[in-house]
Amino acid sequence: MEGSHAVAKAVKQCRPQVVPAYPITPQTHIVEAIAEMVANCELLAEYITVESEFSALSACLGASAAGSRTYSATTSQGLALMFEVCFNVSGMRLPVVMTIANRALGAPLSIWNDQQDSISIRDAGWMQFYAEDNQEATDLHYIAYKVAENPEVLLPALVCFDGFILSHTYEPVDMISQDEADRYLPPFRPVQRLDADDPVSYGMYATPEYYLEFRYEHDQAMKRAKKIISDAGREFGTMFGRDYTSLTEGYRLEDADIALVTMGSLAGTVKDAIDEMREKGKKVGLLRIRCFRPFPTEEVAKALAGVKTVAVLDKNISVGSKGAIALEIKDALYGKSPMVLDYILGLGGRDVRKLDIKKIVELAEQGMGDQFYGLRREVL
Amino acid sequence: MALGLGCSARPGNAKNNKTGSWRVFKPNFNSEKCTKCGMCRMICPEGCISETEDEGFTPDLSYCKGCGLCAAECPVSGITMEQEEK
Repeated sequence: MEGSHAVAKAVKQCRPQVVPAYPITPQTHIVEAIAEMVANCELLAEYITVESEFSALSACLGASAAGSRTYSATTSQGLALMFEVCFNVSGMRLPVVMTIANRALGAPLSIWNDQQDSISIRDAGWMQFYAEDNQEATDLHYIAYKVAENPEVLLPALVCFDGFILSHTYEPVDMISQDEADRYLPPFRPVQRLDADDPVSYGMYATPEYYLEFRYEHDQAMKRAKKIISDAGREFGTMFGRDYTSLTEGYRLEDADIALVTMGSLAGTVKDAIDEMREKGKKVGLLRIRCFRPFPTEEVAKALAGVKTVAVLDKNISVGSKGAIALEIKDALYGKSPMVLDYILGLGGRDVRKLDIKKIVELAEQGMGDQFYGLRREVL
Repeated sequence: MALGLGCSARPGNAKNNKTGSWRVFKPNFNSEKCTKCGMCRMICPEGCISETEDEGFTPDLSYCKGCGLCAAECPVSGITMEQEEK
């Protein structure tokens, strides 16, 4: 099944009641498929064709505040256009779930994959999940709704998967049935909602006496989400056999000297490269971050405690600083022994192959890092 | 006001917000100068000036934001604005 279509089917099974969406490459196949499902009455939802991404998320906001389960999908510039609404959705504590088919941000214009788009709204107060493959991208949607709508959390969630690399790739995906989905994800029961007979206003003006407290509550909800994500992931595993208890995934880390850290589809390539390096006696492992917000700081510190060097593969850059994942890893390991080296790579769809991973491990062995990897010096 | 989830609020809530806390300058009403013309009550954008029993006027300092319009409009300069220490 194509990744986008697998995601669309999972979304259908989550039974969103309102889907406002605006097409943008490489997210288009998801919202096209959902439009077809609505047109064929396979999904009983209000599908709103809006004039921009700003309107798409604004419509999600209103529908969610009115008590509907809502869904949208976007990427890159589309997500950038939603920026303001992203903060409003999370501040009003509305459990909107949105898929991001990760794509580079312009300028220069690029439709290809990196993770700069979702990383750039890191601080918008949304949960962020990153899938390694289409199976995981599919499963994470049920989990995202379950966690987002939990009264202890009530935060929106992004389910991110790499544009083209996953969204347009055909892979076997094991779909759960509608009955199973309904058993896992009960209908949305809002704690409060817009209702003319029982009026309430959302997102009121907060004077300096109150604003700080609202942000604190928001942060507390995000911190509570760690355990709730873990519980929802465990329940998914118990019911359907694919366990997502951990917010990270370790691969051959137990006796590793060098740990690679990354998010998303790159992990597949890294795992294959690790297997080959292990055959040659190199003790290399991988820690994949599945949940970037909330960030599983303690889990990461524990998983990387025994390694000598950590090589972080960032498909994003906070220009003037480092990659966003490296900053989190450095924070998690502050005061501990592993050396953390950052590699900015794969931006704008640059292919990252097994041989690149092996070269990065060689650089890490020499203590060389905090650099762009794979620069074509001849064009500079 | 206890925090409403997502900064939400029920109708009538604004009454509980004592906007007087925004004030920097406080109006002082001099009842000896007052001619009871009522201009201050009419001009007050907060509607927080009311008539007293002795037919003078007084602001409700819980809501007065200290804009100074009453002082500017008073035909007998009977209202002065003074910086308030909090």
